[in-house]
Amino acid sequence: MNRKAAPEKRKPSTRGGSLMRLRGLVRKEFLQIMRDPSSIAIAFLMPVSLLLLFGYGVSLDAEHVPVAIVVESPSRDTASFTGAFERSKYFDPEHYGAMRAAKQALRDHRVDGIVRLRSDFAQKLQSGATAPIQVILNGVDANTARLVAGYVEGVWTGWLSDRARQQGRTLEMPVEVDQRIWFNSEVRSRNFLVPGLIAVIMTLIGALLTAMVMAREWERGTMEALMVTPVTIREVILGKLIPYFVMGMGGLALSVVMALYLFEVPLRGSLWVLTAASALFLLVALGMGLLISITARTQFVAGQTAIIVTFLPAFLLSGFLFDIQSMPVVVQGITHAIAARYYVAILQTVFLAGDVFPVIWPNALALLVMAAFFLGVSRLKARKRLD
Amino acid sequence: MAEIPSETESDSTDAKETALILEKVSKSFTQGKRRIEALREVSLKAQKGRVTGLIGPDGAGKTTLMRLSACLLKADAGRIQVLDLNANRNPLKVQSTIGYMPQRFGLYEDLSVQENLDLYADLQGVPQDQRADRNAELMKMTQLGKFTDRLAGRLSGGMKQKLGLACTLIRSPELLILDEPTVGVDPVSRRELWTIVSRLVEEEGMSVLLSTAYLDEAEECDEVVLLHGGRVLGHGPPGDFRKEQKGRTYWVTTTDGARKRDIQEKLSRGEKVVDAVIQGGGVRLVMADSEKPDLEALLDEVGDSERKSVSPRFEDSYIAILKEEEPRPDKAPIQEPKAGQDDGGEGREEAEPVIQVDHIKRKFGDFYAVKDVAFDVGSGEVFGLLGANGAGKTTTFRMLCGLLPVSEGSLKVAGLDLRKAAAKARARIGYMSQKFSLYGNLSVMENLRFFSSAYGLHGKRRRNRIEWALEQFDLADRAEAESGEMPLGYKQRLALACALMHEPEILFLDEPTSGVDPMARREFWRHINGLARAGVTVLVTTHFMEEAEYCDRLAIMVAGEILALGAPREIKDRAAEKAERKIEDIEEAFIALIESQAEEEGDE
Repeated sequence: MNRKAAPEKRKPSTRGGSLMRLRGLVRKEFLQIMRDPSSIAIAFLMPVSLLLLFGYGVSLDAEHVPVAIVVESPSRDTASFTGAFERSKYFDPEHYGAMRAAKQALRDHRVDGIVRLRSDFAQKLQSGATAPIQVILNGVDANTARLVAGYVEGVWTGWLSDRARQQGRTLEMPVEVDQRIWFNSEVRSRNFLVPGLIAVIMTLIGALLTAMVMAREWERGTMEALMVTPVTIREVILGKLIPYFVMGMGGLALSVVMALYLFEVPLRGSLWVLTAASALFLLVALGMGLLISITARTQFVAGQTAIIVTFLPAFLLSGFLFDIQSMPVVVQGITHAIAARYYVAILQTVFLAGDVFPVIWPNALALLVMAAFFLGVSRLKARKRLD
Repeated sequence: MAEIPSETESDSTDAKETALILEKVSKSFTQGKRRIEALREVSLKAQKGRVTGLIGPDGAGKTTLMRLSACLLKADAGRIQVLDLNANRNPLKVQSTIGYMPQRFGLYEDLSVQENLDLYADLQGVPQDQRADRNAELMKMTQLGKFTDRLAGRLSGGMKQKLGLACTLIRSPELLILDEPTVGVDPVSRRELWTIVSRLVEEEGMSVLLSTAYLDEAEECDEVVLLHGGRVLGHGPPGDFRKEQKGRTYWVTTTDGARKRDIQEKLSRGEKVVDAVIQGGGVRLVMADSEKPDLEALLDEVGDSERKSVSPRFEDSYIAILKEEEPRPDKAPIQEPKAGQDDGGEGREEAEPVIQVDHIKRKFGDFYAVKDVAFDVGSGEVFGLLGANGAGKTTTFRMLCGLLPVSEGSLKVAGLDLRKAAAKARARIGYMSQKFSLYGNLSVMENLRFFSSAYGLHGKRRRNRIEWALEQFDLADRAEAESGEMPLGYKQRLALACALMHEPEILFLDEPTSGVDPMARREFWRHINGLARAGVTVLVTTHFMEEAEYCDRLAIMVAGEILALGAPREIKDRAAEKAERKIEDIEEAFIALIESQAEEEGDE
């Protein structure tokens, strides 16, 4: 018998050994990702469906709003006015003979608003005075109500000026508002939703997926077996960070390609700024995921925590869906602790405005601080022990 | 970080001969408000090139001791020396010298056998040029060579365990720590694992520290450390333990056809009896001393019997030591007030079977957890389902209880399919699940009250049943104790009491004795015997092969199929016929049957 392969002097933390261990861990992680349908689902399926949902389905623009039109005494003028509604893509008008029926329709949610032309509409119009219309809106969805009010007004002023032009005079308005909207001149909500969504997707991959896979190792007992090998805790952490960093950047590439080519969102800034800022945010997300998985050692708890602490804030408090300026002051204060807030600001700037560094630098700095904080705390809290 | 190994910390003679030294090591955990003292001033030495066995029931502190030695935990007090390293100061060095296999070895189930091995080779820093040789060697040793491409999750329990061992051995460690490597593993794989361990010790001079709940494995160790309640109760070669019981152990068989369960019951009540346990076709008896008159008097009570002196085994001494440690009152056997049937021993054949299982199958995805299982259980019978983890016992059980639908086939319990039958049918069965499903933060009394009302008992009957349970299961003095805080043996008795509140005719017990110390197991079987005597039909699963002898009939399951069905005697006879040798215990029979099956398949 050979005497036990000569007890060679082992130095567990030599450079070569460390690289070999890291390579082993990274390769294992990729094999697992490829074989585990739930990882694929979180990393690719969910981003794609979120993008499709928000790109196509969810739109903050109101279109084809059902409105009830009540004309109390029909005439040529009223017909021309309601015609303007029928031609508008924003409305699906429905004619009601009496106000009572229209009100009932509003109550039953069959229509979102009522436009009423009183019996003296034509008469007032003929006499040259302004012809008021009554608009009643369902205010339950405040956002839509506000939009619809604006559209109705638009249709109304449009129709008035058309009519004036036909009669050979110009409509006299005390003040004329010449609106111009910068950065998103078509006011397409898709143009700011899709870039903002990238922040949500990166949070999903960086924090949720990382927290789940670490917790899974605790649950299945693989972590205990890992702990008694010469592997260092730094290698364990890097072995998780590297694969999921790559996954996250893959998710970014996928989202950017879909944004630019499928949803035709403009990219006015440079790709490198986008990539660099994204990498920075991904580190924050990974740091949060790691920290969660170090404290919570079951997949259930880790998943729930990640959703509540990272995913939901990225959704609700990042300014991606809801404007931060219009939040209550206290909530505005809270958003400063949400990493996605800084990233969304950078994303929307880079996509829609360009490389505006006065906006990008402070936000990037905030991300850098947060990345250092979360990764640092994770490193300090991670122990190569079970207690 | 410079780690200066200090020579003063260990005297050199010790370091040369011992693989592991613990000196007054204590470790406690806080669980909620409770403080659990897992180890109390434990001192022990494990010698180099030997197998040291850690024996003790669940909760004895075995796993904590091993985790401390592997530097996964930090001791509260005391000193641990692994080889020539101080565990407190050089955790990383210790971990690169030892191999440790946790109880649930962390195999990556979605990685193949080869990928698992490669990962551990990387982690252990095995040089590339040595890998091929080591791999081949390990594959030969574990006989996993054919399965290198299979995902680890698709291996059987025994194969998983062997792969875990192979991963631990990828860089031949100087000290190998194995935490219950054989628990729940089928007897064939268990034997194979032991063969591997002894080869490692003999050929590679490896030191092994191994924990086990199977007492027969203690005999295979060079040294045994008996751990109980966080303290060392004994330490030495297994032979030293056995010496005590020399001349006091007998094997008793009856000649008048009385049931061995009844004899065991009578014998265990004898004053000077340390232990009476069913073994093979008779009862193994351990006396407190070697005085013959006491023995004669005792045996006279039993009736016509024959006795034979037998050599003591480790288990005899283990029970003796534990009995001394915590004496338990011997209770009268359980008396089920409602004697449904009289002794079901005779004339059972004529009666309609209480449980009929007709070729049932259960599929999960494309995997058959149970394939083509068929058996009948007669009224008043104790029927056992034996098998390793993953053999399909629990799945079969769940189908019987109506918790899981069958994929194919049909079954009837008390003439009804529980899946479809109304609550009425369920009122006739009692069920005790693998994990005692008690409310841990309710007291014993509250649990009994809850379960009795859940079964629809009320008024006087309910009060009577609760009183009966407290008395029969010796829980009266613990009635107000929080049930989660009680020792496992008590919990198990309470769980059984809860399952019996409504006086069921049929009792289902899923792994009731798993993880329970041998003393509590004996007591538990005594309760089951009592129930059977009162005419209750009992269906029980277990992975302890020796418990087969308590059953009237049993089915041994392997990989979802029934390997053998019949009375223990019949199964042993059949195995003996096939193996052409004498077979005295069920475990041997199991191995013989598996081997002959493999041969037959090989012949085809």
